[in-house]
Amino acid sequence: MIPAAFEYLRASSVDEAVAHLQQHGGDARVLAGGQSLIPAMRFRLARPGVLVDINNVRELNYLRTNNGAVEIGATARDADVERAPWIADRRWTLLRDASRVVADPVVRQMGTVVGSLCHNDPAGDWPAVALASRADVVVRGRDGARTIPIDGFLVDSYTTAVGDGEMAIAVRFKSPDTRTAGSYQKIERKVGDFATAAAAVQISLKADGTVHEAGIALSAAGSCAVRVEAAERLLVGREVTPELIRAAADAASEKSAPQADLRGSVDYKKHLAGVLVARGLRQAMARLGG
Amino acid sequence: MKVKVTVNGVAYERDVEPRTLLAFFLREDCGLTGTHVGCDTSSCGCCVVVLDGDRPVKSCTMFAVQADGHEIRTVEGLAEGAALHPLQQAFWDQHGLQCGFCTPGMLLTAYTLLKHNPRPTEAEIREGLAGNLCRCTGYQNIVKSVQQAAGAV
Repeated sequence: MIPAAFEYLRASSVDEAVAHLQQHGGDARVLAGGQSLIPAMRFRLARPGVLVDINNVRELNYLRTNNGAVEIGATARDADVERAPWIADRRWTLLRDASRVVADPVVRQMGTVVGSLCHNDPAGDWPAVALASRADVVVRGRDGARTIPIDGFLVDSYTTAVGDGEMAIAVRFKSPDTRTAGSYQKIERKVGDFATAAAAVQISLKADGTVHEAGIALSAAGSCAVRVEAAERLLVGREVTPELIRAAADAASEKSAPQADLRGSVDYKKHLAGVLVARGLRQAMARLGG
Repeated sequence: MKVKVTVNGVAYERDVEPRTLLAFFLREDCGLTGTHVGCDTSSCGCCVVVLDGDRPVKSCTMFAVQADGHEIRTVEGLAEGAALHPLQQAFWDQHGLQCGFCTPGMLLTAYTLLKHNPRPTEAEIREGLAGNLCRCTGYQNIVKSVQQAAGAV
């Protein structure tokens, strides 16, 4: 399987990449890690006329911490995130868990977080993680940069708010409160397969032990990653008890709208969504010493 | 499009179509057929090569033009003359292969694993090789091979 022919343009700066994208519009795609795009091109599911390679754009190859927040540039690899020193902090346990289960260890050497968000695969890992941690995506176009909250960024399967002539340049994870922990729970048939079901959970506790903020999102549960607002509303302001975890899990099962495939039936996947949210909440609480 | 790469210490300059995948560039343009293409979809890891000294990449999921200016090591670059690399010797000693199709990818992934972590635990070896599939051995002897090499590398 060989991809259809395309014109290859190598950018050395964001300005240059955006100029190429402006010139070629919807016919152009950005090439970062390529771990989803290249297989899609090989299957001819994607046939871009132009690829704008951003791997030589040095200004995008970074992981930056700033006042407790983390910003990941568009060419930072999954493996870079996995090995980042800040990932050891309890507040980043959702990202830590996810960084270890994306695809497989070799694919993570090339794959990027921002690329995964832009690809917006219904069973991808980073979209659910970004939802649960309420990340923002920075998008650059001709008229400068705009910051899009993740809920507005993820539009539908393989579709984001990035317009023709624009590119995502970074994702920003806000500084979590000190008493924050998360968990990423994923069931896959084998390493490297897409998730049968996955849940991203992040909670912050107040001094009195009640939930200050809650982020609950599912992958492989619909046309793209979904936030389980009902579960978040249940949790905020309350103490996390086994009953509350069960109620949040039920809300997740209800929200999940998966497709049946070789990995399982609709009923099985909906059930798993609840099980994984419950496991995630229990692990996050355990990490918070509760 | 012109591509200049150093493969196993040798400089290659070739004119290729942008859609040429690195695996096919290595096999057909450089004549280095030790890099195998198994699944064609970045799942099996038979095509793993080492980019810039310590990064394993699946060469079926990277364009040759992306390797322009970079350094690559393939399985042909492991042995020094007639002397097998300790990993190759270990695969030999421990029967770490049967049909051998996955072996180049296994060797190169293991090579980078040991570069980053010279004394991996069994769990770390299994985790590190999780992107490489073997349909013959059941992995047991591959893990033993890497363990042997970890003592010798």
